[in-house]
Amino acid sequence: MSYQHTLDGRVWHFDNLATLLAKASPYRSGDVLAGVAAESPVERTAAKMALAEVSLSRFLAEPVVPAELDEVTRLILDSHDAKAFQPVAHLTVGDFRDWLLGELADEATLTAIGAGLTPEMAAAVSKLMRNQDLISVARKCRVVTRFRNTIGLPGTLAMRLQPNHPADDLGGILAGVLDGLMYGCGDAVIGVNPVSDDMTTLATLLRGLDEVIDRFEIPTQSCVLAHVTSQLEAIEAGLPVDLVFQSIGGTEATNQSFGITLSLLREAREAAMALGRGTIGSNVMYFETGQGSALSADAHHGVDQQTLEARAYGVARAFDPLICNTVVGFIGPEYLHNGKQIIRAGLEDHFCGKLLGLPIGCDACYTNHAEADADDMDTLMTLLAAAGVTFLIGVPGADDVMLGYQSLSFHDALYLREVFGLRRAPEFEAWLATMELADERGRLLPVSPRHPLLTLQG
Amino acid sequence: MTNDIDSSLEPPAPKPPTVVHDHWIGLRSLTPSRIALGRAGHAVPTRELLRADAAHARARAAVHAPLEVASLRAELEAVPGLAPPLEVRSAASTRDHYLLRPDLGRRLSAESRQQLRDVSSAPAACDLLLVIGDGLSTSAVQRHAVAVVTAITAARPANWSLGPPVIATEARVALGDEIGKLLRGQLVAMLIGERPGLSCQESLGIYLTWQPQPGRTDAERNCLSNIHPGGLSPSDAASRLWWLATEARRLATTGVALKDRSSSFALANASTERITPPTAQ
Repeated sequence: MSYQHTLDGRVWHFDNLATLLAKASPYRSGDVLAGVAAESPVERTAAKMALAEVSLSRFLAEPVVPAELDEVTRLILDSHDAKAFQPVAHLTVGDFRDWLLGELADEATLTAIGAGLTPEMAAAVSKLMRNQDLISVARKCRVVTRFRNTIGLPGTLAMRLQPNHPADDLGGILAGVLDGLMYGCGDAVIGVNPVSDDMTTLATLLRGLDEVIDRFEIPTQSCVLAHVTSQLEAIEAGLPVDLVFQSIGGTEATNQSFGITLSLLREAREAAMALGRGTIGSNVMYFETGQGSALSADAHHGVDQQTLEARAYGVARAFDPLICNTVVGFIGPEYLHNGKQIIRAGLEDHFCGKLLGLPIGCDACYTNHAEADADDMDTLMTLLAAAGVTFLIGVPGADDVMLGYQSLSFHDALYLREVFGLRRAPEFEAWLATMELADERGRLLPVSPRHPLLTLQG
Repeated sequence: MTNDIDSSLEPPAPKPPTVVHDHWIGLRSLTPSRIALGRAGHAVPTRELLRADAAHARARAAVHAPLEVASLRAELEAVPGLAPPLEVRSAASTRDHYLLRPDLGRRLSAESRQQLRDVSSAPAACDLLLVIGDGLSTSAVQRHAVAVVTAITAARPANWSLGPPVIATEARVALGDEIGKLLRGQLVAMLIGERPGLSCQESLGIYLTWQPQPGRTDAERNCLSNIHPGGLSPSDAASRLWWLATEARRLATTGVALKDRSSSFALANASTERITPPTAQ
């Protein structure tokens, strides 16, 4: 159906819900590139006003991507929990924002309605929210997951340790692992992006990481972020696979461009669960997403990139992941032009993920051809920590020498812990204390040159 | 503050160091990563902070410095066995426009299109057309493109003809498709500056496409990447390119159907498992 709103004497028309959502989106280069953005700030405001009056239940009646074309839409509709939706079913998008900010929406209530919300509802309300709204509502959401440690407890921030190497050299990767552990990072996952997807490389990396975790009894999990089919092959070959990773998107065609289907993800999850490698929990999946992936795969169906990103979370939550993160500034300036757009997108992604019940973190990052720098990352990580982000990604010196972009550093995690009093996953923090790497409050201790971890290389 | 006279008799307590150094600095020989930076409080020490700033500044310069076409042209004219270069630009009018509108970087400007139409009535069709595009690192092109073109020209098999080299500015990989079609190249090799990282700002890539024409996808190309002093050398890049070109001619295709077995060197698929296609060009 079509929507309209009169603003300053002019009637603005919007052909359908997808158009309305796109026109109501904060300005960003990817929506302009896709040709779906509002033509002017006034049109954008009119779209937001029209969107505020749309009933949440309308989103169940008018999918932004037709169900007959798209298995992600079918997943979203089939898994919608009408009972959980009940408390907010009568609200418009505008009233929903007010409700979320109010005292009625406490942690328990937000957890209870999660399964009743579709990704499009979350995206819609985020478009009416200021950055501070995205922070304060996300902060009220709580999602806790477990594999070998507990991620997402109140007052904690986990870190993925990302020790990539441009030639997949195990020695170089372990040097990065050592660096991260010494700085108290690695509780979310020790996760390597391999250059090569071949089985020999995978075997070397999986065995190498497993040996370190086993030898030093580190309460964490490893992941080699190859294509899911390669990881399935690794499982079949008897290699030590903790978490199974895959990049996912918000439409079936985007997922096709990644070489995956929902049934392939189901198969991967079952295979990883069957290994039973988690000691205290069985959240075995790890996903990455990012605004713009659908447009870059020419698979966006005229829907704005932030709504499609929320739909990717609809995919992710169906597989009970241990962790999921948006790679928010990785994709390039044609999708998120500058620091302002990257920061806004990071907060939107985190909010939508949390509202939908996802253990969502963020790779707060930028490329060298975007109008962004390390100060923008300082702002983003500080805001995300205020919003209660589940985990962030740390790379030695923030410089990923394999993927050629800048994320956060291990030092950045120390900064956030100091400023916000954030702790690590409790099992991991206890391990750091046992290893005399941190004190009982989680602060780093001076390290002896004969510390056993320094033999990790030998 | 002299209420405790005895304290002046005790040796002063050792001051904690301003910067904590990391014992594992020796491991830097194993990785180009920025490990063992040490810390000032929780933060990166000044020296390392400024080192990273300098790297970012170099990377920004690599993206934004305009290609010095005149000097590149003069150097290409001096390469033995090569026709005089042509110059074209894409439909992206400025660098910012180029960065925000990849679609425009894949099409010729109207003027350049007309220019190539006029030219293409003259020279014969060629087996391999070399296009030198600025891409996302003009420094890579400025520093390494001529050496690579020289190596490619020197290694040309006898039964292969090379077209005039084309210098293309504000160029994405796919701009080579339109250029290749207009200049009737059986194959086009786009030499292009790769997205700069902090540790390497001057990496060149080569994308080889069979029967170039607008609409070709990245799946229909073969790629050699990481061509810079610390990576693939010009002569190795040239020999691998000719291997691929010969295979492309034999199979009458490029892309996924042409597996690169010319060496074990990794292809440019480093980021395939991330959220974008690997080239993002």
